[in-house]
Amino acid sequence: MAYFIVTSLLKIVGILFLVILPMVSYSVYAERRVSAFIQDRRGPNRVGPAGLFQPIADIFKLLLKEDFTPRTVNTFYYWLAPCLAMMPAIITIAVVPFGSTLFGVPMVIADINVGILYVFAIASLGVYGIVLAGWASNSKYPFLGGVRSSSQMISYELSLGLAVIPIFLLVGSLRLTSVVRYQIEHGWFIAPFIGDWMNPWKWLLAIPMLISFVVFAIAIFAETNRLPFDLPEAEQELAGGYNTEYSSMKFALFFLGEYAAMITGSAIIVTLFFGGWHLPLPSWHGGFHWVFVDGNAPGWRGVIGGLFNIATFFTKVAVLIFMFMWVRWTLPRFRYDQLMRLGWLFFFEIALVNIFIAAGILAFIRP
Amino acid sequence: MPAFLFWIFALLMLIFGAAVVVNRNPVASALSLVVSFLGLAALFMSLDAYFIGIIQVLVYAGAVMVLFLFIIMLLDLRAEERRQISWLTSAGAIAVALALLLQIFYVVGHFKSAQQPFPPLARSTTDDVRNIGLLLFGNYNLPFQIIGILVLVATIGVVLLSRREPR
Repeated sequence: MAYFIVTSLLKIVGILFLVILPMVSYSVYAERRVSAFIQDRRGPNRVGPAGLFQPIADIFKLLLKEDFTPRTVNTFYYWLAPCLAMMPAIITIAVVPFGSTLFGVPMVIADINVGILYVFAIASLGVYGIVLAGWASNSKYPFLGGVRSSSQMISYELSLGLAVIPIFLLVGSLRLTSVVRYQIEHGWFIAPFIGDWMNPWKWLLAIPMLISFVVFAIAIFAETNRLPFDLPEAEQELAGGYNTEYSSMKFALFFLGEYAAMITGSAIIVTLFFGGWHLPLPSWHGGFHWVFVDGNAPGWRGVIGGLFNIATFFTKVAVLIFMFMWVRWTLPRFRYDQLMRLGWLFFFEIALVNIFIAAGILAFIRP
Repeated sequence: MPAFLFWIFALLMLIFGAAVVVNRNPVASALSLVVSFLGLAALFMSLDAYFIGIIQVLVYAGAVMVLFLFIIMLLDLRAEERRQISWLTSAGAIAVALALLLQIFYVVGHFKSAQQPFPPLARSTTDDVRNIGLLLFGNYNLPFQIIGILVLVATIGVVLLSRREPR
């Protein structure tokens, strides 16, 4: 029991302070660099080599700025909202397996048997931060942002939940480690036919999986309020939306919450569709074959394998974060009625039909 | 699950449940109800009913209460906040609640099986999600489908009622 508590604490502290928070601040930096690259500008390149110390300078700037509270706000909720905005994104990461094992300890903070439902449940609490911020600010633009955000999140949660059902029909368990385990044995869900090219069943299965992936990824964009679905904060029409009245560190918390949500979203997409921490390595020892690496090997090989799995996972997450940014700086924003129509009239139905496609395939051809 | 966690979450539920009634601000009441739901979910989880606990958060705290909050925020709160507490009604309500509590204690206390300690929970070897699924789609398949039809009818009714009249 004591051993379990100590390793859990180590994992929580390690993943939060050594991985997630640095990743959050550096994805802000990356976002600015990537957007500059896409728009043919330079971006922040003054602080340190290639501007790499910019996030640290930003932290001090945000901490030292004047924390201004407008007079008409509802103080308690005005303070509560930034905390609520930041928290869900971070505690969702608890069920995501970010590596195989290291020194025999499984690299997931809480391996609960309702993993994906936990993710959805906590993500659905994320709306409170934004709604409360909009309401407590007691002014028009933030309120509009809050109202928009809650209706958007409720609409897209449905497609989010329905989109992943085909995966769990296949896996037969809601546990995220089982999903990774299944993908190691049967191929990643984004392309189940890889390595088993002659199997027509795998090719047929790729159809509902691809639909799932597209719907899920787009719904994640909407859940995390990223462009092209960033209606709650649309700068040009709402002057920043729900965070208009916030300054200094409270504003930073919203900002960090948004990026943490993006990282969590990417981590979940990686776990569900891109094989989680799994990456087969090619080997030429005794003919070409694929080597499976994880932390179960004895001695230093196991440690290297475990570290390799963790590195693989976060590299995949980083690639997906880059995709989030790429989309943001490529597509224009949707209009609000278009966004709602897209959610209710297209994604919801597509996800629903997709479940029937997947169930039909599974009913007639068993793996 | 250690016993002190049960007391923490039970206390949390009771305090915030009371806060729902005591608060004059409807937004504060709604948020207290959310915290109370979270406490209830934690209690479910302490009984190894992870699925029910998570559904409690997902459906009640995450969806139903968001809609409640949404509607409350669109209303004018001033009138509700200014309303005075009538001490006479409050005293009457507390008396009724206490009477009900005493009755429950009396009835449950005379219940034979409630007087001995409960046997420890049987360790299940399968997922609780799988167990619920097997029960719903096996033993209770027909009632489950009937409920499905009822919900469908209700949904259609809602769509019909909320549709604007064609001119």
